[in-house]
Amino acid sequence: MSEDDIILSELADDELVLQMHDDLYDGLKEEIEEATRILLDRGWQPYEVLTEALVEGMRIVGEDFRDGILFVPEVLLSANAMKAGMFILRPLLVETGAPKLGKMVIGTVKGDIHDIGKNLVGMMMEGAGFDVIDLGINNPVENYLAAIEEHQPDIVGMSALLTTTMPYMKVVIDTMKEKGIRDDFVVLVGGAPLNEEFGKAVGADAYCRDAAVAVETAKEYMKRRHNQAQSA
Amino acid sequence: MPVANPLADLIAEKGVLLADGATGTNLFAMGLEAGDAPELWNEDQPEKIRKLHRDFVDAGSDIILTNSFGGTRHRLKLHHAQDRVFDLNKRAAEIAREIADAAPRKVIVAGSVGPTGELLIPLGALSYEAAVEAFVEQMEGLKAGGADVAWIETMSSGDEIKAACEAANKVGMPYTYTASFDTAGKTMMGIHPKDIHGLEGDVSEKPVAVGANCGVGASDILSSLLDMTAAKPGAAIIVKGNCGIPEFRGSEIYYSGTPPLMAEYARLAVDAGATIIGGCCGTACDHLKAMREAIDTHKKGEKPSLEAIVEKVGPFRNKTAGTGEDTPQRERRGGRRKG
Repeated sequence: MSEDDIILSELADDELVLQMHDDLYDGLKEEIEEATRILLDRGWQPYEVLTEALVEGMRIVGEDFRDGILFVPEVLLSANAMKAGMFILRPLLVETGAPKLGKMVIGTVKGDIHDIGKNLVGMMMEGAGFDVIDLGINNPVENYLAAIEEHQPDIVGMSALLTTTMPYMKVVIDTMKEKGIRDDFVVLVGGAPLNEEFGKAVGADAYCRDAAVAVETAKEYMKRRHNQAQSA
Repeated sequence: MPVANPLADLIAEKGVLLADGATGTNLFAMGLEAGDAPELWNEDQPEKIRKLHRDFVDAGSDIILTNSFGGTRHRLKLHHAQDRVFDLNKRAAEIAREIADAAPRKVIVAGSVGPTGELLIPLGALSYEAAVEAFVEQMEGLKAGGADVAWIETMSSGDEIKAACEAANKVGMPYTYTASFDTAGKTMMGIHPKDIHGLEGDVSEKPVAVGANCGVGASDILSSLLDMTAAKPGAAIIVKGNCGIPEFRGSEIYYSGTPPLMAEYARLAVDAGATIIGGCCGTACDHLKAMREAIDTHKKGEKPSLEAIVEKVGPFRNKTAGTGEDTPQRERRGGRRKG
């Protein structure tokens, strides 16, 4: 079957959603844009398009990255296609008042310029219903503190790819402790050289192996906070 | 006239060479702050860089790597030092040269060249030509400071390796390259160890050696080594593996590898056909001393099996490492296909 044989607008909703999962997997940006518009035209809620088509599609991509089936180049193309869909949905999500789960400040730590993983986490978190403030790369502790002050997030996320920069996470967390604000936030850390023990040792709430785990962990912590706030 | 190649000469003379240990880990132990650029110490704390190299030479290293891993403008710009590329790299090579020349035996000065940290077009914004240019700029500094060889390391992208190799050709330096196989047995960009050969492309000077560094631990890098030697028997292969797994104790990072474990790793690397053996993150002088003794006293044996590797240096971190199985695949629905 040649590529031209698929006409997205002729597919039934459930087929179209599956096709979107495939097209995300293959990093087909224009096809994702088209299919997103088709579902909206058919009366789908923006939030449904986001969760059922885009976030679910990226979950599959994340799984195959974890399992060594996909590597960074493919994941970047998928993320790019997701971003194109998000671009259409974002204003509509605001209008329709889609549920907000919480707010996250995220950035790559000082000395480190790697942002692939961080960007992916940011996008998946946004897809899952979080407000995401992205501080970019090479962030000294002052940047995190200023963003915490300004945005009052629920979650602070830090990323590092180098064994020489990952210890900086501890600098940030220790400074938060000194200021007596560490426990006001959920701190999540991630990056290729990290592991769970490392996350614990630097004083983070959790180490997240990949973007999908980050979303699940964030949701879990938001639920706990919610329960604590109610019982308090 | 062919370029002088002291590294190739020393390989011909000694057979198997010991490279050095970790730069970052050991500089942290000397007071480098997390997030700061080690390269700035070439000018600000040269005594500490001298000590780092001297300790490696005393521990028995045949090759020492200059303190210039993040020495391209793309990385130095984080520290507002992008205009000091030539000087910082030249200084890095001069310091190592001074220590190597004072050694009682021949020691090679390898000019460390790490990734730019940028993604190349089409995945990112950096053009191939700009990557070559950035590496040329760095290597010119290393060459001026007296480096014997450009040591391209911790790479993950084939394009970036090619760009660095082209730069070494332009500058007129012998070179080696190594990749970090840290993602499900491949580099994060998807290069398998068996495909490490020939990434320099169509250039006149070929690499002196190619191989693996960093990665996820001693066992996994030995598995990668078996794949690399099998793919091109007789090629000179480098392994410079991490000293076990990083752990935090108090406020400092420790690596789980012990000197006896790294000695075992060195013996297995010899058996598996490595030409240059060293350590990466976490490898200190006591590990290197143990590795030196292992290399000097070990008689090369049969290629180790994967079981023997696990038995002697521990389990694989990557579950697909060395299973001999093909790359896992996802079952796809019918319909649209790319490629």
